[in-house]
Amino acid sequence: MSFALKVINISKSFPGVLANDKINIEIPSGTIHAIVGENGAGKSTLMKIIYGMISPDSGKILVSEKEKKFSSPKDAIKAGIGMVHQHFMLADNLTVLENVILGIENATLRNINKKKFKNEILEISDKYGMPLNPNTTIDELGVGEKQRVEIIKVLYRGAKILILDEPTAVLVPQEVNELFENLNNLKNQGVTIIFISHKLDEVIEIADGISVMRGGKHVGTVDAKTVSKSELAEMMIGKSLPKIPKRTSLPTNEICLEVSSLSGEKLDSKEPFKDINFILSKGEILGIAGVEGNGQRELTESILGIYPLSQGTITVDGINIDNMATRQRRSLGINFIPEDRQTQGLVMDNSLIENAMLGRQNKDMYKTRFKSVNFKNSRKFSNKIIDQYDVRTPNSSTLALALSGGNQQKFVVGRELEDNPSLLVASQPTRGIDIGAQSLIWEELREARDAGLGVLLISADLEELLGLSDRLLVMYEGKIVKELLPEDATPELLGAYMTGLK
Amino acid sequence: MKIRIRILSVLAPLIALFTAVLICSAILNFIDRDPVETFRSMFEYGTSGKSIVSIINRSVPLYISAVAVAVGFKMGLFNIGVEGQYLLGALLAAAFGSYFALPPAIHILFILFVASLSSGLWAGIAGYLKVKKGIHEVISTIMLNYIGTGIIAYLLAQVFFEKDENDSLKVPQTNYLPESGQIPPLNNLLGIEDLPNLHGFLIGAIFIGIFYYWLIWKTSLGYDLRATGSNPIAAKFSGADPAKMVILAMLISGAIAGMVGMSGLTGYYHRYTIDFTSGLGFVGIGVALLGRNHPIGMALGAILISFLERSSQILDLKDVPKEIERIMQGIIILFVVIGYEIVRRYVLTSQIKEASKEVLNE
Repeated sequence: MSFALKVINISKSFPGVLANDKINIEIPSGTIHAIVGENGAGKSTLMKIIYGMISPDSGKILVSEKEKKFSSPKDAIKAGIGMVHQHFMLADNLTVLENVILGIENATLRNINKKKFKNEILEISDKYGMPLNPNTTIDELGVGEKQRVEIIKVLYRGAKILILDEPTAVLVPQEVNELFENLNNLKNQGVTIIFISHKLDEVIEIADGISVMRGGKHVGTVDAKTVSKSELAEMMIGKSLPKIPKRTSLPTNEICLEVSSLSGEKLDSKEPFKDINFILSKGEILGIAGVEGNGQRELTESILGIYPLSQGTITVDGINIDNMATRQRRSLGINFIPEDRQTQGLVMDNSLIENAMLGRQNKDMYKTRFKSVNFKNSRKFSNKIIDQYDVRTPNSSTLALALSGGNQQKFVVGRELEDNPSLLVASQPTRGIDIGAQSLIWEELREARDAGLGVLLISADLEELLGLSDRLLVMYEGKIVKELLPEDATPELLGAYMTGLK
Repeated sequence: MKIRIRILSVLAPLIALFTAVLICSAILNFIDRDPVETFRSMFEYGTSGKSIVSIINRSVPLYISAVAVAVGFKMGLFNIGVEGQYLLGALLAAAFGSYFALPPAIHILFILFVASLSSGLWAGIAGYLKVKKGIHEVISTIMLNYIGTGIIAYLLAQVFFEKDENDSLKVPQTNYLPESGQIPPLNNLLGIEDLPNLHGFLIGAIFIGIFYYWLIWKTSLGYDLRATGSNPIAAKFSGADPAKMVILAMLISGAIAGMVGMSGLTGYYHRYTIDFTSGLGFVGIGVALLGRNHPIGMALGAILISFLERSSQILDLKDVPKEIERIMQGIIILFVVIGYEIVRRYVLTSQIKEASKEVLNE
């Protein structure tokens, strides 16, 4: 058996995080190889290394058994590796032909030999069975067709190894079938395909081999023909679940948050979440487990009034908030740790002082007697967060964007926890930060819970979810499919519910 | 560290000015004029008492125009329509203000109110279109400029025209404001009776500058505005309503734009005629860039531009093409923008350096 690509002992660390830990994966030529894992498992770091976007700290990459060093994607393309990104990189107002030849050396404005290029493109699209009209402009194409253009673009550059980053995330089921047909054609023509996904059904259907990653490590590679979905789920989640620390305090009987028959407005003709019912008590952490993209994000955003509802009601502390704007919900003390802190939680060009009051700028403590902004209190608050959460910054006048990702996260968590919230919605509160900061945030969350705070916790990190939650809900395809206690959770059980087996 | 940044921010525009002088000297040399003599005579003429009054008079509307643009900039909106907004506001204020006499202070406030209300609503149309129909404000404000010009021409010719003595011929201009609607010059107050009139609306411009500073940096509306300008998503998560913010920002920007024509109307023309000063809205964009949306920076920018405009008038007599002044304006704005960008990047990298030092300090 010959190998198209071998990854040997690849490691890569970012400040505080080991993203890839001695990864070894071998991919046979002319196969479709899937790489699965939760977000943050290290898949995209590995792909960026293979595609030359970042260089590894150590380890080797062999293409057709020859060692290659890539300093940029250009080198990777030269070596026959192509990447189709999840978000298309196409110029909408240009034709298919123009997009395919964009940036190719011998195609300058002076000598565009359209006929030659057109024939070459048609040749490729014939050979691999992917029909396309080179003269259509991109904005006339559907999503599936755009993806096809991306694939042809890569093939035109001579790629023999194709990396597809979550290619099905943007497609409807019928387009997925078409894509799979195309991929099988490509495989039969000798192209090697690396398929990144976290949808287990799909990878079992399309792939020959499947490598599973978890927490920056390569857990194992299995044969897609013989592996079962639950085995895969178990590999993704881990064999043994972390120990659950006992809590001494108890949740109260007072209701903090109640949602009933909540459904989100349709997005791409699908409701992101449907008929959600649950009650969160004060002094309780309610965890929501689920593979990302099953409606958790939209559900949390709907509690803040960002994502629109099609039906259902939400009450916080007995107050119905259905008709409240985000601002009013914020003033009720609904605090929110967004999953994407840099775009949702911080104004990066502003100082930490200004960021400390973001989301609570309308509270009385941030107003002076003459109704102007009280930056003194904001400075005090930001200094408190910096001290208590060990935010590494020269001072509170520093711009948010000067801080490292982990320190930005600590600042956001501190801000949302430290001003007496009545409810905290925490999405991935410790994603991408080092272990020290993680345990500090967990400790703070436990303390706040003991003091009577109700926390709705969404996380892809099972250690976090099981270690903090008093109860767990599992979401799959927008629905709550199971409620269970962390003590009763086993990898098989969780995996089964998270992937829709049960 | 902080001091170094302060010095740099002041130095950047000075270097830009210096560069502009250098380049223009080269051009003057090229066309066989003496640059030293040219700049000397410009400076001499531009700093005479008469000129200073004229420069300040010109700076006032330029500054207000820049502030109107800056309110939009602070929120990431490009209000290109200050031009149409202030002209329309000035016409309506002149027309309504000339209908009756009120007690002086009240009459003036009434005129200012009409101007800012009509200019604000006119700008508000662009905000509404952006929020409801997704039309980019650059497109809509430019279009509104054209429409505004048309409406002004129509109103002037058909509605607010002045009849001549025998009550027949229409003159396309409004009636004069009664004296109660005119703002007296400041000359007596300052003891400079021998100089040309220094328009009283200078005080209005100072108030507008203070109001702008208070609004943007001291109120929570300003806080939301700045947050929305640099990160609309985070602002939305924090509770700011983006749609409301767009409309409010356009209304405020337009209301301030309405003040642009007021020094001319209340201090000089006392009526709206077809000769009413136009073009201030566009120069204001350059002044806002020059002053980096800062209340004092824009004041200096307005004075600089007015100084160049005024002092270049001497060039005709010196047989130097006046266009050299236009070239200077362009070069200064260009280099100031580049200079600020360099300072911004410097501040950023030095902050990142300091912050990463903190991470390493265990």
